[in-house]
This record gives sequence, C-alpha cells and structure tokens, in this order.
Amino acid sequence: MKKSKQFFMVPYFLWIALFVVAPLLLILYQSFTDGQGHFTVRNYLTYGSSSVYLKMSLNSLWYAFLITVITLLVSYPAAYILSRLKHQQLWLLLIILPTWINLLLKAYAFIGLFSRAGAVNHFLMFIGIGPKQILFSDFSFLLVASYIEIPFMILPIYNAIVQLDPALPNASRDLGASPWQTFRLVTFPLTLSGVKAGVQAVFIPSLSLFMLTRLIGGNRVITLGTAIEEHFLTTMNWGMGSTIGVILIVMMFVIMMLTNDRKKKRREVLDDEKTTL
Amino acid sequence: MKKILMMMASILALCGVLFLTSKQLSAQAGATTQANTLNLYNWGDYIDPGLIKKFEKQTGYHVQYETFDSNEAMFTKIKQGGTAYDLAIPSDYMIEKMKKANLLLPIDQKKLPNFKYLDQHFLDQSFDRGNRYSVPYFWGTLGIIYNDQQVSASEVQHWNDLWAPKWQNELMLVDSARDILGMTLISQGQSVNTTATTTLNQASHKLDQLSINVKAIVADEIKTYMIQEEAPLAVTWSGEAAEMIDQNEHLHYVVPSEGSNAWYDNMVIPKTAKHQRAAYAFIDFMLDPKNAAQNAEYVGYATPNKAAKALLPKKIRQDQQFYPPLKTIEKLEVYQDLGAQKVEQYNDLFLKFKMYRQ
Repeated sequence: MKKSKQFFMVPYFLWIALFVVAPLLLILYQSFTDGQGHFTVRNYLTYGSSSVYLKMSLNSLWYAFLITVITLLVSYPAAYILSRLKHQQLWLLLIILPTWINLLLKAYAFIGLFSRAGAVNHFLMFIGIGPKQILFSDFSFLLVASYIEIPFMILPIYNAIVQLDPALPNASRDLGASPWQTFRLVTFPLTLSGVKAGVQAVFIPSLSLFMLTRLIGGNRVITLGTAIEEHFLTTMNWGMGSTIGVILIVMMFVIMMLTNDRKKKRREVLDDEKTTL
Repeated sequence: MKKILMMMASILALCGVLFLTSKQLSAQAGATTQANTLNLYNWGDYIDPGLIKKFEKQTGYHVQYETFDSNEAMFTKIKQGGTAYDLAIPSDYMIEKMKKANLLLPIDQKKLPNFKYLDQHFLDQSFDRGNRYSVPYFWGTLGIIYNDQQVSASEVQHWNDLWAPKWQNELMLVDSARDILGMTLISQGQSVNTTATTTLNQASHKLDQLSINVKAIVADEIKTYMIQEEAPLAVTWSGEAAEMIDQNEHLHYVVPSEGSNAWYDNMVIPKTAKHQRAAYAFIDFMLDPKNAAQNAEYVGYATPNKAAKALLPKKIRQDQQFYPPLKTIEKLEVYQDLGAQKVEQYNDLFLKFKMYRQ
C-alpha cells in the first residue's frame, strides 16, 4: 500500500518540479544575467539605485494595500451577515458567480459604465452633479480591483465564521459581554485565520495587477507588473524583467510570512482552549 | 481505491474523446497536408479575409493565419522557433533587428513579377537598403487625431500644440516609448533616432510637462475611446486613425508639417520558413495592384503600391490625411534600430513619464 501511495505522488512531484520549482529557478537565474547571458548583479544594482523602480515598488505595495483594506472592509461584514442568512448556499453562489466571468470582460464592462457617455455619468447628470472623469483615475482603479477581488476575501472569512463554534459567542454573552465585546474579543480573533487567508488571496495578486492598470487606470496607475511586461515585450531585457519578478516574489513571501506565522501560533492557542474547554 | 481508479479512467477516456474530436474538427477545417500550407504571421485584422480566400482558391495553398500585437512579441516567437512561420509582416526597425539577429532569408526579387508596381519612393529605405530582405506592405505615419466638436483644426497643427494648457486631462497617447519620445524630440527639432543622452534627457524633461494634459496612455483602446468621444484628441498611427474616422465623422487626422515618424510594415521570410514557394506566391499575390488596392481599402492604411493607389477611389487617393503631400513626406523619419541599451533608455524615460505626477 505504501508503495502505491508513493507511486501516486509521482505526478505531483513532477508537476511541482516542472511547473513551480523550475520556472522559479529560471527566473532567479535570468535575473543574474545580462543580455548576453553573462553573470551579473547589475540588474539588482539598477533596481536599487533607480528612483523610478523604487517608487514603482512602493506604488505597487500601496495600491495592493488599499485594495486589500477596501475588500476587507466590505467583505467581513458581508461574510458575517451571510453566515446568518437563510439561503446561504444561494447567496454564496451569487457571490461566486462573477468569478466565472472572464476578467477582461468585466474590465470592459466597467469601461462602458464609467466612460463619459456611460451609465454612471448619465446618472450623475440626472441627479444634477454633472459628468465627471471617472475612468483613468485612482478611484476607478481601486473600485474595479476591489470588485474583482472581493469574492476571494469573502469566501475564506465566511468559512472561518461558519466553522466558529456557536457555543463560544454564546458563552461570552452568558458571561455578560456586550455584543461589541463578544465580537471584538471572541468572534473576530477566532475568525482571524479566515481574514489572513483572504488577505493573502487578495494582496498577492493585487501586487502585480497590470491589465487593470492599463484598461481602467489608463496607465496613470503604474505597478511593477507594467515594468515586467515592458521588459519582456518591449526592451526584451529579460534579466531586468526577471529581477523585478524576483522582487515581487520576495514581497509575496514576506506577506505570506507575516500572515502565516501568527496563524500557526494562534492555532496552538485554539487547541489549548479546546482542551481546557 | 476502486472509485479513484474509475475516476481516473473516465477522465482519461474523456481526454481521449476530446482529442479525437478536435483532431476531426481541424481535419475538416483545413484538409491540409504539411506541404501546401502557408504559415502567415501578421498583425490582427491586417488583411482583407476575402483576399486569403481568393489566394487559397487561386493557388491551392492553405493559409494558416496567426496574429501578433507587437513587433517585439513577434520577434520573440520567431527567435524561439516554436512555429515555423513562412511569412511575417514586421515594421521597419524590427527588420533591421531581425537582420542583425540573422532571422531573415534574402528575397529574390526576380521571383516576384509584381515587384515593379511598388513606388520607388518607398523602396530602398534605411532599414533595408535595396530591399534585400523585405517587401513593403503598408506604410503610414504618426500624428494627431482630434474631434472637431471640441478642437478646431488650427489648434493642433504642430506637436507643440499638445502642450497647451487648454488640453489639461484631455489627451490620449499610444503606449509606445519610441513614438511618444519621438514626437517630443521632433517638437524640439531633434531626430526621432536621437541617441545623445543629454538630448534625450531634455526631451524627457519636456515630456514630463505634458503629463498634466494626459488622460490616459493606452494601446488599441484609443480607437474605441476616440469613436465614443471619451477624449477630444489623441496621438496615434495613421492606420488606426483611418478606422476611427470611418466610424465617427467628427474625427480628423493631422501629420504635423515639421515632421513625424514614417513607418513601414513589410513582408519578410523568416529563417524558419518551410514553405518558401508558398511565401513567394503570397508576396506576389499581395503585390498584384488589384489585390493591393482591395487590401488598402479594407485595412485603411496607405499602400506603397503605385499601381494599386491609382486603382483606389479618388476620395481615398487624394486624402492628405493618409497620403500626405510630398513636402511633408520628405520630412518624415523612419525609426532605426538603436540597439538594446538605447531602447532601454527610451523605455526607462517613458516609464518615468508614466510615473510622473504634478
């Protein structure tokens, strides 16, 4: 039995080796080469000494942070209310439904809505505010990016809330805590794992959103993804493109570490609590 | 365990069925053998599909049409050699680069009886002296497109007009480092092929000042936006402009008289070609004045084919927007391949411009 188990592992190992580890190593290797394939650390020096790249990295982090905060602010209450509703599966389906639609289609739909002659401006004119420039602004970029990422935030939070033992908030109420105290001291800390999973699922892809920066942001919003695309397609400096790629990966690892570590510790605490309960 | 095996077996069976179906479908679509195919690699929507059908009927070759959306993407794919393209249609500076990279086969003009119809003016360009590797397909310019409802013609005759405070947050630009820095260089009386760092930095400084006027830096979407009147003016290529004007009569296109970039898209035979005979047949077919005229009318770009131009309706032939007067043509400059280092400098400056906020 043990042998056959190992046999079934082979495809997974192959998959991970070929499609996860090998590409990562290739990117790492490329980032240390120049155009002629010689070893160099110049790419990293260029990155570190260029105010353009540093500003762009900060931009990426800042926008990803904003997107994450906005989605979190929307998603937590939504997931909380959702867990208290009657037809949860139906509501859940409605939330997941937009993810079945291609990202590009959604972006184009927003372009239609936000454009000068679009529905939103018609409405603004109707209520007397007059047409506004909505497309190609930070506002529209953040809105669309958040809209797209929201399902990925709601789902893990919802799961965490549903898994929460209802006896715990009940006990807290029994012991005299106000609803706010119950939420702050019991419900929220115990569903933090869902929040962290959601933050990972939103923050990491948001770091390199580049289709949206062009379509919705009109390239007035620039993130590292823009630079990577440019280096691979226009300047064909794959070394520099890979370097930025490596930096993005490092950023993602940092985010993973920040959100993972505490989760583990917390789980131990949770287990302790369970045994003491 | 049994269940898993059953699942795996059924998935494999499903894959098999899908594979056979797709094979069946592709066989029906083409009935192709390897020998009579022409692998054509072209820009999207850059040929009258009617002509491909006509070519297939006339010669019996089957055309496999694949598209790219940037010269660089095309270069990468041909260099990697995954697909053996028989004919590609890159732009001028890219031909220079492909030549340097040894990716092109020389073209024997004796095998192209229709070559004589090409206008001498568009042959023997700096990127391919003597047209040893390339045959011009279309040519065009970089210019300004504007909507006459918000902009009067006299307001946008020159590149410098774009910097006017009146256009705050109104201007759209094509997402191309070479073109945008190029037009800035021309506005300062410099060449689009400038390599001197100080001149480039001056241009970059001037370009940064344009940032406040820029609404968006986009690619193909400019077409939709201008047609829908999202912006009153934009910097774009003549061919794109032709399509926009087609769909919105308020739009007009100007090539500033102080100069601009002229670009050529040319047919070339990559080193990877496996069906050279088909490639030659296709080039000659496209050079036939009747076909070239039909194609020019469909695509809307300017044809370098003299005989074909004569066949075009008068309205197109005499349109100065797309067939500018000789005086302007003489001031147009073709992009040269500046080498990796300079290309990167252009792109870094452009990136800096994109990031620039007042």
